[in-house]
Amino acid sequence: MMSHVGRRRLTNRAVMALATGAAGLGLAMLLWILTDVAMRGATALSWSFFTALPAPPGMEGGGLANAIVGTVLMTGLAAAIATPMGLACGTYLAEVGRGLIATAVRLVNDILVSAPSIVVGVFVYLLLVKTTGHFSGYAGAVSLAILMVPVVTRTTEEMLRLVPVALREAALAIGCPQWRMTVQILFRAARSGLTTGILLAIARVAGETAPLLFTALNSPYWVRSLSEPTANLTVTLFNYAMSPYDDWRFLAWGAALLITGAVLTTSIAARLALRGGERR
Amino acid sequence: MSGPSVKIAVRHLSFTYGDHRVLDDNTVDILEGRVTAFIGPSGCGKSTHLRCYNRMFDLYPGHRAEGEILMDGENLLDPAVPALELRQRVGMIFQKPTPFPMSIGDNVAYGLRLKGKISRTELNDRVEAALKSAALWDEVRDKLHEPGTALSGGQQQRLCIARAIAVEPEVLLMDEPCSALDPIATAKIEELIDRLRGRYTVVIVTHNMQQASRVSDRTAFMYLGRLVEVGPTDQLFQNPQCKETDDYITGRFG
Amino acid sequence: MTAAPPAALAAPGSRSPRRRRRGDPLFRGLTRAAAAALLGLVVTMVVLLLIAARPSIDAFGWRFLVTASWNPVTEQFGAVTPIVGTLLSTAIALAAALPVALGIALFLEEICPGPLRTPFSMAIELLAAIPSIVYGMWGLFVLAPLMADHVQPALQATLGRLPLLSHLFAGPPMGIGMLTAGLVLGLMVLPFIASVSGDVLAMVPRQLKESAYGMGATPWEVVRDVMLPYGRKGLFAAVVLGLGRAIGETMAITFVIGNAHRLSASLFAPGNSIASTLANEFTEADGDLYLAALIELGLILFVITFLILGAAQLWLRRMAQPEAGR
Repeated sequence: MMSHVGRRRLTNRAVMALATGAAGLGLAMLLWILTDVAMRGATALSWSFFTALPAPPGMEGGGLANAIVGTVLMTGLAAAIATPMGLACGTYLAEVGRGLIATAVRLVNDILVSAPSIVVGVFVYLLLVKTTGHFSGYAGAVSLAILMVPVVTRTTEEMLRLVPVALREAALAIGCPQWRMTVQILFRAARSGLTTGILLAIARVAGETAPLLFTALNSPYWVRSLSEPTANLTVTLFNYAMSPYDDWRFLAWGAALLITGAVLTTSIAARLALRGGERR
Repeated sequence: MSGPSVKIAVRHLSFTYGDHRVLDDNTVDILEGRVTAFIGPSGCGKSTHLRCYNRMFDLYPGHRAEGEILMDGENLLDPAVPALELRQRVGMIFQKPTPFPMSIGDNVAYGLRLKGKISRTELNDRVEAALKSAALWDEVRDKLHEPGTALSGGQQQRLCIARAIAVEPEVLLMDEPCSALDPIATAKIEELIDRLRGRYTVVIVTHNMQQASRVSDRTAFMYLGRLVEVGPTDQLFQNPQCKETDDYITGRFG
Repeated sequence: MTAAPPAALAAPGSRSPRRRRRGDPLFRGLTRAAAAALLGLVVTMVVLLLIAARPSIDAFGWRFLVTASWNPVTEQFGAVTPIVGTLLSTAIALAAALPVALGIALFLEEICPGPLRTPFSMAIELLAAIPSIVYGMWGLFVLAPLMADHVQPALQATLGRLPLLSHLFAGPPMGIGMLTAGLVLGLMVLPFIASVSGDVLAMVPRQLKESAYGMGATPWEVVRDVMLPYGRKGLFAAVVLGLGRAIGETMAITFVIGNAHRLSASLFAPGNSIASTLANEFTEADGDLYLAALIELGLILFVITFLILGAAQLWLRRMAQPEAGR
């Protein structure tokens, strides 16, 4: 017969063992994915992977250079659209907006952060593809921008709220107008946090596939202009992985490694930016 | 009848974490049924000293206590003494009130339920008794089902005292129990401590010398991790034996 | 920081009182315009989707929501299969991910040795950043064969023999299908739920935990009685946010769900979700009605996530207010 306290100790040990097991399982699964991607992907990465155009199935070699360029261009354009927009929305929420409207904007933004990206793709298809009559890199960039704005908005608001009120009051007390106070003092004080928000937003959309499926589409050619279907890594990965050709699947693993590496690097950079800011 | 017996005999207690030596060779007797206050400037180690009595430092890897803390002759620092049972014998009150996220009644019943199976009626009786002992019963008798966080700060702290004494511990540790309270709530807690005298051995850490002189029978002065002086409260405040004690209580430092 | 005061000092010069008077309204106007654009974006989205879905709405009405057939040839469309698939895969994902995620959070906060804590939580956060398409691809090439060869036969040999459960595990073990899709999805939201739950547990004040330990509680009792109830709002938010992610997730699912417009009782059978249907068929939809039906599916997905996330956010705010006032 076990004592009451003995049973409690046993329960505790059992739960803690289960939790440790869960942590081990979760971490093992995730590391398994990462090592699979790294091992299989590494063999696909070669000089031609970064420099050549895709080869038809069955032909040796070939690369995804056009897709890399397309993804970089569209992500960059998306960041260029979303950054000012997100900074402005975040500033509105932290510094300007009051009452019901601000609450509504915040609520809508919080929802948009988790909005299904494929629906954004459908929306941009209706907005920019159907009306112009053709798929385009611009449409792809707009889709990505729509996904970035809420992330930048949220971190901007959070980071501006971290700036001490005293700093605002000190600026306003010497007659500094609100816009100068915000742009020259608050933004500067929250600089590392704002950088983190933008980098996190980039990391979030750089690996997105769904919003590009019906907007940028894909292309086997070099990117000549963003006003036509534009090659990109994620949709290429999707098409290649679903294809019946072994050498395309092989390239798909390379693309997976490249995307994962880029996204993780950006995420780490975002966190380092925040830490560097804290130390100062 | 001779004087009160020694409840806790602390012998050569030292405490380190990492390379820090926080307590250095503390030796003191805690008398049964009396209120003992620990005073000293902040960072002198008085809270750390208190937290050795219920082995709270077990929670933090790298924290180590050496020496002996003998409660009724048994060394609490011996790893063979189980921490769970020890903490039911040694209750603790913290700086900020810490009502658990549950109802007022469940807060007080918490320790009793941990201790073992208990009948509904006995549980209710003991919850009521503990709340009466903590001078809170009249204020909460009609809202035992409301969350503990719904009470005022002072009421919350008395709730925590009720929770601690519901399991009838032998020793009650109080780590600056009034530092987050206003003067009126503080006065009520001090009144309560006075009423607990005799039934429980109370050890209280305070940065407030007036409070120590008001509530305690004996006072210990600590400085830089050393236990400088301990004695009857009146004697320590009116006729300190050590120069450091004198300097501190006359406000020359700290 | 050091350069800021001089810049600020330069501002209130007597030279430009008029500019200052114009500066602030302009500044506020710009940020208001951006906020309005954000609201306008969502409104435009709903309106545009509604207009484009109009042919389907007109043709099928409410029947769209209760019809299971999806036939591009006869142009008969109903949303039941993808809606059920979406909900089912999400349910499997949460059922699989939640216990493990809570275990990870518990391990991180209560068991993990101090020096390992930062790298471990960093690793979890980074894993949450892996693009969903990578999960999907891994699911197709690594997990699905494993499921077909080992897991599914084992399930059929055990749980599949039980009278009520046999339907769930019926059919040939192909690897791809609802169960595999749910598991991949679960794996994808796992690090996300784990890291948010870890943050929630980390926010429990130290003194509150210590006072539970001070009562003689075991670590598990401290977690069960104090930490989980204290963080229940945040944990709820973590689950709902995970749900919101899972329900609209496309790429983690499309690879492995099987893409069949068929309702099946078996978890092994291929199925469909709203997102995977869109991903597979949108660019190939030839008829106007076909496209409209797909867009209506997208609209339904948008409305579902909007309602779930909106309700959760509102609930969280209502819960947060009385405490903030105290």
